[in-house]
Amino acid sequence: MTETRRPRIFLVEDHAVFRAGVRAELGDAVEVVGEADEVDAAIELINERIPDVVLLDVHLPGGGGHAVLNGVLPHHPEVRFLALSVSDAPEDVIAVIRAGARGYITKTISGGELLQAVYRVAAGDAVFSPRLAGFVLDAFSHGAAADQSGTVTTGLDPELDQISPREREVLRLIARGYTYKEVARDLTISAKTVESHVSSVLRKLQLSTRHELTRWATDRRLI
Amino acid sequence: MHHHFRDMRRSSDGRVLAGTCAGISQRTGIDVTLLRIGFALIGLFAGFPVLIYALAWLIVPLDTETSNIFSRAIGDRRGIRLVIAVIPLVIVTQVVISLLHVSFVGIFSWPVFLAAGLAILIWRNASESERVWMQDDLVPMLSVESEGPGRWKLILRITFGAALAAGGIVVLILGHPSTAALRPLGGALLVIAAIVVVFGPWWLSLVRDLMAERQARALAEERSQMAAHVHDSVLQTLALIQRSAEDPQNVVRLARAQERELRAWLFEGRAPGSIGDEVTNLAEGVGLLQRLVEADHGITVQVVMVGDCPLTEGLRALLDAAREATVNSAKWSGAPQVSLYAEVEPGAVMLFVRDRGQGFDPAAVPADRQGIAQSIWARMARYGGTVVIRSAPGEGTEVELKMPVPTTTAPSPSSSPSPSPTK
Repeated sequence: MTETRRPRIFLVEDHAVFRAGVRAELGDAVEVVGEADEVDAAIELINERIPDVVLLDVHLPGGGGHAVLNGVLPHHPEVRFLALSVSDAPEDVIAVIRAGARGYITKTISGGELLQAVYRVAAGDAVFSPRLAGFVLDAFSHGAAADQSGTVTTGLDPELDQISPREREVLRLIARGYTYKEVARDLTISAKTVESHVSSVLRKLQLSTRHELTRWATDRRLI
Repeated sequence: MHHHFRDMRRSSDGRVLAGTCAGISQRTGIDVTLLRIGFALIGLFAGFPVLIYALAWLIVPLDTETSNIFSRAIGDRRGIRLVIAVIPLVIVTQVVISLLHVSFVGIFSWPVFLAAGLAILIWRNASESERVWMQDDLVPMLSVESEGPGRWKLILRITFGAALAAGGIVVLILGHPSTAALRPLGGALLVIAAIVVVFGPWWLSLVRDLMAERQARALAEERSQMAAHVHDSVLQTLALIQRSAEDPQNVVRLARAQERELRAWLFEGRAPGSIGDEVTNLAEGVGLLQRLVEADHGITVQVVMVGDCPLTEGLRALLDAAREATVNSAKWSGAPQVSLYAEVEPGAVMLFVRDRGQGFDPAAVPADRQGIAQSIWARMARYGGTVVIRSAPGEGTEVELKMPVPTTTAPSPSSSPSPSPTK
């Protein structure tokens, strides 16, 4: 695990105030190796310094968060991204996740929770905020409703187009504001199992080819 | 008997006018109706009981208060000046009466006029609660409204006035059998005119003063209502905007929500906070709920919605219950954020309100919170919904609300039940 050394963090965020806030909140628990406030500088610096975790603002001048992902992951797939935003627009969030981010949290998160999320992403797990869990539940149940009403589904792999009842339960608890630990206790499973469910959902989210997902996201400009 | 009078109080419960008769009745044990009839009868023939009554009103404190009106009236210079303005009126009537040689009316009138003067002091210096009472019951008496509840009062007034006039005419005719005696009336009218010319403006100012005071009070009431509203919503929103200065999206959202609410209040007269008919689906309702609670209580409400559906009566109750639960969390939990999760399932809507605050032991709920839980439960139960509250000290609180919704595939129940062509 990464607990042996401090994770190396890179901040991509266009608000200087917020960058300073994150630095202060994470404190000595991490090593901040760099900062960037727009897409091109971020890609260049991240490829050069290869941090463990990039905290990535979904909204960025010069192309948005997913442009950074597209500029880094082909060269350095080992860099992990945690998306951060105040934006509630699902299509932006889904775009960043689909481009390869390992999680999504909102900026209202507390310092302790942020640190936990960073550790989790550094360890290779997925981080779902309640909002992301809600988006996913909505996207998949919306798709299911569309299936029933007879619209065409073009998923190549049916496995990827559905989330299991257990995954749905986990997501629902996360959406209700439960931490992973609380989810584990509520479902009487181990925290590790919760993490594997969440990672599995993330994988499905990233690999599913169903176009309902994209259409759902664009349908929901306003929530 | 002296000490009886000393700690006599006017009765606020049994009062018809000032509560004096009821107070005396409570002190002496004499039946209150007998006392009232006695006062009224003597008052009709002698006049001085009216003055005594007014004095008692002024001097005897109300049983709910510690000080009497008189102690406050001493400092009311303007009120005393107004009372002095009544004195010329007394002189006028005395002059007229002496001209008419009806000393009986003279004995009757001066105490009544003095009592009227004291009434000004009473009105100006009565406590707020007593004044509200007087306004509610006496002002309609003097109004000219002939519809509704004021109607019988109008009839009463006309009857009383007619009786007085008839009495006056009888007195005049009895006292002066010959019409020649009416001659001094012309002189009397001249004197009255003179006095009215001299003192008229003074009296007019008296009336104007009373009216101005009434208006000022109405204005003050309106102002305090306005201040309460501004405090509840506008100032709270401004505070939130200051806090989220580095988050332009949130600032815009807050400002827009406040603008909408203020417009609704100013131009449509809609009270802020009601989830009205303009909200037609669940997501809108939840969004409104979020804005209202955030604006009123300065906490973050994190909303996660899965699915949406049109609002039914039951779902409006669900929203009201959810709002109560959220406000409750905002007030009691101490947590800076409340999570609200709503999911539309086939056949039901589930809504969870969760905070990470101090929590409580559901087995040992204080009475005030028990009441809140009961009220949430009652709202839900009316439409077949259920409530589960989970909490433990130090672990926050979660309120689970479930409301059944009809599982109709047709968008509206009124449409004809023909099978859908798009299958």
